[in-house]
Amino acid sequence: MKYLMLLYADRPMPEPGTPEAHKLFDEWAEARQAMTDAGVLIECSPLQPASASTTVRVRGGETLLTDGPAAEIKEVFGGLTLIECDGLDEALKWAARLPTAWGGKVEVRPFYQVPS
Amino acid sequence: MGRQGGGPAVLPGAELSDQYGELFRDCWWPAVAVVTRLTGDLEIAEDAVQDACALALTKWPAEGVPSSPRGWLVGVARHKALDLLRREARRTPLEAAAVRDWPSPELGWSGEEEPGDEELALVFMCCHPALDPEARIALTLRCVCGLATAEIAAAFVVPEPTMAQRLVRAKRKIRQAGIRLKSPDPDDLPRRLGAVLRVVYLVFTQGHLAQAGPDLVRGTLCEQAIRLARALATLMPDEPEVTGLLALLLLTDARRAARTGAAGELVPLGDQDRGRWDAAKIAEGTALLERALKAGRPGPYQLHAAIAACHVEPVTDWREVAALYGELARYEPTAVTEANRAVAVAMAEGPAAGLEILDSLGPRLARWPQFHIARAELLHRTGRTGEAIAAFRRALELPLPHPEQAFLERRITELCGEP
Repeated sequence: MKYLMLLYADRPMPEPGTPEAHKLFDEWAEARQAMTDAGVLIECSPLQPASASTTVRVRGGETLLTDGPAAEIKEVFGGLTLIECDGLDEALKWAARLPTAWGGKVEVRPFYQVPS
Repeated sequence: MGRQGGGPAVLPGAELSDQYGELFRDCWWPAVAVVTRLTGDLEIAEDAVQDACALALTKWPAEGVPSSPRGWLVGVARHKALDLLRREARRTPLEAAAVRDWPSPELGWSGEEEPGDEELALVFMCCHPALDPEARIALTLRCVCGLATAEIAAAFVVPEPTMAQRLVRAKRKIRQAGIRLKSPDPDDLPRRLGAVLRVVYLVFTQGHLAQAGPDLVRGTLCEQAIRLARALATLMPDEPEVTGLLALLLLTDARRAARTGAAGELVPLGDQDRGRWDAAKIAEGTALLERALKAGRPGPYQLHAAIAACHVEPVTDWREVAALYGELARYEPTAVTEANRAVAVAMAEGPAAGLEILDSLGPRLARWPQFHIARAELLHRTGRTGEAIAAFRRALELPLPHPEQAFLERRITELCGEP
């Protein structure tokens, strides 16, 4: 099964070059490597801040653009990880290994299984 | 567990005679487990087993009960599940695979795992920490114990549609999120087992604490919890906390008949007629506790059981009880644990020592009626009758079951009559 892990950080990304940024990078490198070694990793990436988002709606054939995210939330949605593994128990174990979970939150969302 | 006269039906909507009720409940758990293993879907498995029981009701009265009712029900349920899967227009790949790989119905299921493994796995599935805590309890009562949705709703004092919705949502989450029918990995076992034991314990306390609902339903919950704990202790004989939980439930349930008087009022432990205690349950509980403690791996349920064992001794050793609550605080560091220790200290060293501990907890326990009741009794014993009456009245302002309310009103009247 495929699981999308939505990464909600408890703080904004640290400035590049700072010790915090190096630490975070190393922690993520380790988590990525473990997921790669286990053959579960499909994609793992931080995202630009929500201020860089553009929201698109098509209404009556017209494309409407809004600056900013689709929904305002308190948490900082800062990235995503996509894995494929046997079931929820395994997915939850990987979620707990992601550095975001240690201070922020990781939402584990299963993919909808398209009927055969 | 047999249902005594006038009990609710096992199957919702079915006019079920008591004749097969016990049999169905004994077969329910393994049947749901086996069919869940085959189909990968708890909801389909449960529907199929229910259909199998309904068919048994039409066949068994005329044909007689088959030599292996369990085998019969599992066999029929597998056919029913297959029908259900085939009828489903929209299937997930997993379910489609279950249809393709379906073993011939004539052949017995030859899984690699030991018998009982999938039963245990079913409990872990129903008590999965990714499910809402209340849903875990409902799901366990439904899928493992075979209680009807109406019975579960009555026991938890919610409307039946609400309970049905809760069950549907939980089963859907299991399917959509990919919660598998398997026992946890060893490194996950302590946490997962804790969640299972918690569910069994809460089923029991819901029955024991007499919060609401008809007596019969509550008694059923206590019996179901004991039955579950007993089955778990058989399936996991080397887990002292499982044995400890069974011991705790038996030692507590042994006093059930003596806990309420003729008018349904609450009888405190010290005033209970020990002749009405269940000696067999006490003996079994005590023996189980000793066995659990020998493993040398203590835990909260063993400690609770040890405390319950102290209470059924001819003379309670309150110093021992206070020490056990002190130990328990390492696992359950709550104000409630501390309040219970305070009461034991009061019994061992005098009311003033207990009051001192209780008063230090006041702000944290102001909404807990038992805190005010305990404080009232200790205040009374130190001769502060006016304050004791005030404390009883504070307890009465908080939500309490009727028998306890009646008991408190009686105590206030008694105290007001004192000089």
